[in-house]
Amino acid sequence: MTMNATPRNHRKLRFHILRYNPAKADDTPRVQVYELEEAPGMTLFIALTEIREKLDPSLQFDFVCRAGICGSCGMMINGRPSLACRSVTQSFPEDIWLAPLPVFELIGDLSVNTGKWMRGMSEKLETWVHLQQEKLDFTRIEKPMDPALAEEVYELDRCIECGCCVAGCGTARMREDFVGAVGLNKIARFRLDPRDARTDEDFYELVGDDNGVFGCMSLLGCHDVCPKQLPLQTQIAFLRRKMVAQGTKG
Amino acid sequence: MSSNQETIAGVGLADRPRKSRWPARMDLAQSTTGLVLALFMWGHMFFVSTILISKDAMWAVTKMFEGYFFFGKAYPGIVSLVVATILAILVLHAFLAMRKFPANYRQYREFVAHKNLMHHGDTTLWWWQVLTGFALFFLAAAHLYQMLMHPGDIGPYPSADRVWTGSWWPLYLVMLFAVELHGGIGLYRLCVKWGWLEGKDPAASRAKLKTAKWVLTAFFLALGLLTLGAYMKIGYEHRDRAGEVYTPAWVQPNPMEKAP
Repeated sequence: MTMNATPRNHRKLRFHILRYNPAKADDTPRVQVYELEEAPGMTLFIALTEIREKLDPSLQFDFVCRAGICGSCGMMINGRPSLACRSVTQSFPEDIWLAPLPVFELIGDLSVNTGKWMRGMSEKLETWVHLQQEKLDFTRIEKPMDPALAEEVYELDRCIECGCCVAGCGTARMREDFVGAVGLNKIARFRLDPRDARTDEDFYELVGDDNGVFGCMSLLGCHDVCPKQLPLQTQIAFLRRKMVAQGTKG
Repeated sequence: MSSNQETIAGVGLADRPRKSRWPARMDLAQSTTGLVLALFMWGHMFFVSTILISKDAMWAVTKMFEGYFFFGKAYPGIVSLVVATILAILVLHAFLAMRKFPANYRQYREFVAHKNLMHHGDTTLWWWQVLTGFALFFLAAAHLYQMLMHPGDIGPYPSADRVWTGSWWPLYLVMLFAVELHGGIGLYRLCVKWGWLEGKDPAASRAKLKTAKWVLTAFFLALGLLTLGAYMKIGYEHRDRAGEVYTPAWVQPNPMEKAP
């Protein structure tokens, strides 16, 4: 860069951040505004880190991977759930409103406990492979899987449990026991897996009610906010058809 | 806790721990009743709009549904039967769809806040479905009861007199918007809910369905407004002779009059 390069006019960004620490007895929710100069290619991760380093060390938020893989940094960005690390400030107006994901337990400020919710959902829906044999024989070579099928399973396995689909779901907002797109996607994933011995009758026991697939009202908020672009619309529709077929069989 | 598996709170538990099949049946029934009502509504709109062709055309449609062209005599009771069926389907649909409504203030507040924050088309459209569906509980019930009890009062003059002299046009005007929005959004949602017309590229299909939905809604709203306008005009011009039955010049004798 030359010395006489014309200085770029960077935008002044105003971050309106919902602050609240439920662990503090006298704390009340409030919106705090931080001003920051935009840098080229700035993500919300970079911006929040800068705010914490330079303006307010007490600001709480979660990050691990910075690359949209760990699913820790889900938050409400201008009203919609998304991953902060993958959100470039340039795609937003100068005023950016940040709030923690709803539905999940609030740890403080922008940090929520998605893990607790995800674990509860996983235990309820038994989101693991249910093998046929009683005992695992580790000396036997696993049966090969058709590569196309493996791809299909992998496609759904890309879910990072960030919680955006749950925060973007009108049903989940109203009814706290709803398993959300993340749960239904997992059932769809294990249903595909040939190693999983469960049948539709078993899956009906898990999602065949209004907390499961029949609670979904097809608002498609989940599908539209999913940072991994999972095919939630088609998977939920597919699961609904299968569960209705199972449920009307008698 | 040891409890007798046979009776808990008086419920027979023969098929426990099997999950109830009712949520599946209700989900299917909600969609099926909605589909039938939406398709009926479109057919209905085409039939009533025949007034835009001519009074004779609308008269012929009316008499066809009364069986005049099949039995040589008009039986308005046939209309009552159809109305009763539609009313039953409507009640069932309302009962099933009500399960999805916000059930208390907390849920109401959560959803409205969610909708206002998200600015998400399909979420907002659902809210319109809730509002229009709620309005239709009352609007459609009033309309259907009238039709159930007075099935013979359908025709170029009786319908127009009801609209104008009977002051039904405000109800029809509000109901037109409620029904077209509710049904149009509902049909779109049925497609994405069950994966109909998904094609190879679901995202592109969804965008097309959305466009089709708005085009159809606009078309039926325009047709409905023109039709209602036509009945209002006829009703206004006919206000001094309200109650008179229309008979095309080429029909002798008048099928509504008793044979001599």
